[in-house]
This record gives sequence, structure tokens and C-alpha cells, in this order.
Amino acid sequence: MTRNDDWRPSASFAMLRRRAKLLRDIRDYFWQAGVLEVETPVCSRFANTDPAIDCFSTNYTGPEAAQGLALYLQTSPEFPMKRLLCAGSGPIYQICKAFRDGELGGRHNPEFTLLEWYRPEYDHLRLMNEVADFVNAVSDRALPVEKLTYREAFQQFLQIDPHIVDIEQLRACAIENKLPGVEDLVLDRDGWLDLLLSHLIEPHLGEQKMTFLYDYPASQAALAKVRQQSPAVAERFELYMSGVEIANGFHELDDAEEQKRRFTEDNQRRLEAGRSSLPMDEWLLKGLSEGLPHCSGVALGLDRLLMVLSGCDKIEDVISFGFFRA
Amino acid sequence: MASYSTNEFKGGLKIMMDGDPCSIIENEFVKPGKGQAFNRVKIRNLKTGRVLEKTFKSGESVEAADVHETDMQYLYNDGEFWYFMDPDSFEQVSADQAAVSDATKWLKEQDLCQVTLWNGSPIIVEPPKFVVLSVADTDPGLKGDTSGSGGKPATLETGAVVRVPLFVQIDELIKVDTRSGEYVSRAKED
Repeated sequence: MTRNDDWRPSASFAMLRRRAKLLRDIRDYFWQAGVLEVETPVCSRFANTDPAIDCFSTNYTGPEAAQGLALYLQTSPEFPMKRLLCAGSGPIYQICKAFRDGELGGRHNPEFTLLEWYRPEYDHLRLMNEVADFVNAVSDRALPVEKLTYREAFQQFLQIDPHIVDIEQLRACAIENKLPGVEDLVLDRDGWLDLLLSHLIEPHLGEQKMTFLYDYPASQAALAKVRQQSPAVAERFELYMSGVEIANGFHELDDAEEQKRRFTEDNQRRLEAGRSSLPMDEWLLKGLSEGLPHCSGVALGLDRLLMVLSGCDKIEDVISFGFFRA
Repeated sequence: MASYSTNEFKGGLKIMMDGDPCSIIENEFVKPGKGQAFNRVKIRNLKTGRVLEKTFKSGESVEAADVHETDMQYLYNDGEFWYFMDPDSFEQVSADQAAVSDATKWLKEQDLCQVTLWNGSPIIVEPPKFVVLSVADTDPGLKGDTSGSGGKPATLETGAVVRVPLFVQIDELIKVDTRSGEYVSRAKED
């Protein structure tokens, strides 16, 4: 294991002051907007089943669990926050640590800070506008906003329609655009779309502006509502700034049956990939069956926002102790 | 067959790519928040020296290359191969022109070189960082000039041509930095 022998922080004090200012600005913004700050458990009996995300797990042993109880560290505070919404909290936000195993790089730290908020009565388009307003409120200068559907982005940058192309066309597109050494890659359709988006489109998004991508393929809905049209699209959006993915939002799925079907499907895909299935959040399913208010929610990477606002290209520059010093 | 997962990728790791041993130069983790993770790597083909890029799906495995570096003593050249000996085991290996490449002009018998072995055979030979060689030929030069300004070319016993100060004479020993190919100083026999 690579470890940094330097005990000192990886971020400068100027950056830590800037970070403190950002935290204060966030709290001011949501206080003004009448959105309630909440805290929810970081460790849960239930896990995130998303096959593209890996949970850390730990163990509690003591009163009520003499033999030990497996607990999962949150990959985002989404499930308990939705339970609060189901219980009638109204608009809420949270600043918290989230944990994702296996994610380490210039823009990834296995432990990172999320700002997540939920807006009853908003659809994803209205929440996109609030995200833009929020970012401009916490940055030094106002940035113009660009909105592209997922399809428009692929058409504009790669001249293909992501909703109809097949795997061979996606592979051909990657090769034609000189993505290095992709000839032998074996990916499913969404994997190829992820490859093209992250390598060929994302670097160009949000240059001196905020770029929102929205209306994703239904196969990438995650926890978003799917709008039945031709083709069906997931009411999901992402914000990009300076070529960096900053936030991901959903017009939230409120159908308990559909949610359970997606969790089950996630676990099926995990098993197919030779990994173990994970316990799905039964409390969330119960809450959803009693009724989640019509709402949209967004998770915004605070460290990444700070990177972009301050022009840093390494995540460890904006956190006091990056992974190698943690 | 040994293999490495993308999680083991780091600079210097030796892997097999398209049948050739390669060394990883750079490894970048790319992952959308809700999607497939990739490792984008820059690798050097150790046989050709060419640098190429490759995209892997994170979690995939690649065949490990049985490559290691070791110090070996240069023995002699028979016109076709260059022979090296492990100073501990006295085992000998032969390197071809492709492996020895530019190192030939610095190779002096008995010198210790760093040899990169793939499956036991040399694929890269690196000369010592500094070598002491005698001057085979150079212009007599001006007496008394010690400034070294400009200098003059000198052909060394191994065939290498190096710029030396004007005071350096034929049959003198000089120390040369093989990385830059530059004269360092006059030298005495060890």
C-alpha cells in the first residue's frame, strides 16, 4: 500500500478557509430558502445495491447484537433522506460523508463529502434550475447555463443517437474517435455509452459555464422516474463544470413496487458478475409504499465543486487529508 | 499464469500486451458516478520502446510479464551477440542487437550493466550511468587551454564520440555520463 510519509495536510490553509466559507455559504443558502438541514445515519443495516457502486461494510458487536451485525457505510444519504420525506419532512438538505469502495484517482477519494437535497413538488427540470442558482450563489462569479439532453450531447459531439445505436456501432464510434486500445474491450451497451460519455464528451462539457445533461436512457435510470415515450427516458440529470461531473439528480421514483424490482434486478446483476447480493433497504420500500411526496433530489460532490471553483485538478488538494494521508 | 487486476496497476508494473512485455507508465481511474469504471493506462512496450495507451474495464485482469532487472557484468561481443554474466551465480546470457541497442557504444568489458530480463532473456541493456573510457582519437588541441570552451570531438575506445575539452589527449582516460553522453572529467585507472 502506498502511503505518504508526510504527516501534514494535503490541502493548503487557504483552501481549508475557502472550504469553510463554502460550507457557510451553503448553510446560508438553504436557510434562506427554507430548506431544513438534517443528519441521517452513516452506517445502515441495508446497502446500496447499485452494481456500479461498491459499499464498505463494518460490524457492530454489543448490546442487541452479541454475535455481531453487519453494517454498510452509506454511498449517499439517499435512502434515509427519502424516509424523512415519506414521513413528511418537507424540503431537506444534508452535508455528509459518503463512502465508495474501489474509487481512487485524481477526482475520486474513497471517502468524500456530498451535499444532497430534496425538493417536494419539483420535477428534475425545475431542480436543475435551482442547482444552477445555488452554484452561482456560492461561486465568485455567475456562470451561464447550458442544458443538453443526453441524446443532444451524443449527437453534438459524436453524431450518434445513444437511444438507437447498437454495441457494434458504439465500438466503431470509440475506435473512430481514436480511444486508445478499446478494440478488445467487452462491455454491455450502457458500458459503451459510459465509455464514450466519460472519455469523449465529458471533457468538453461545462467550459466557462454549467452544462446540464438530462433525460438519460431508461436503462440508466438508477432511482429516477422513467417517462414512457419513444424512446423511454429516465428523468435524471447531471451537472458538469470544467469537464468534471459535479452533481447527479433525479425526478424521484416513488413507486415501491418498481423500486423493489430495480433493487432485485441490481442484485441479479451483482450475482451474474460473481459478486454477492446485498440487503435492500426494506424501510425505504415501506416508506415508499406509504407514499413519497412527488419530489426531485440531487447529490452534489462538494469536493469536486470546490476543485472546479478554485481551479484544482486533484481532489486531495481540497480535502485536509487525502486518502494517502488518511 | 500470473496476472494482475486493474487495482494492482501502478507505475512500473510489468504486464503482457499483444504478446510483448510492457511497463505501466501512468494509470488513470475514470468513473462516472453511476456507471462503469475504467482504467486508462499509458504503457511502454519494453521490446520496442513504443508508448501506447490502453483502456481497461476496472476489475479486469491482465497477464503479468515475467520481467526483472538485474546487474550483470559485460563480458564480450562475438559479432552477433553481447554476453553478460550474473556476478553472483556466474550464469551467462546473450543479448542481441535489439536489446543492446544504443548501449553498445558505452560497453566496456567487466563493466556492470543493468539488464532487463524477460523470461530469462535480456530485452534491455543499460550501461552504467558513468563509464571510464580511454580516448582513441582526437585533435592534439591547444596546450594550456583549460577553459574547455567549445571543446573538440574525441572518439573513445568503444567507438562513442564525445565532446571533450581541448586539453584532453589521446590515450587519456575520461569519465562520461552515459545518460547525456557528456564528458564529466579526466579519470585515473581504477
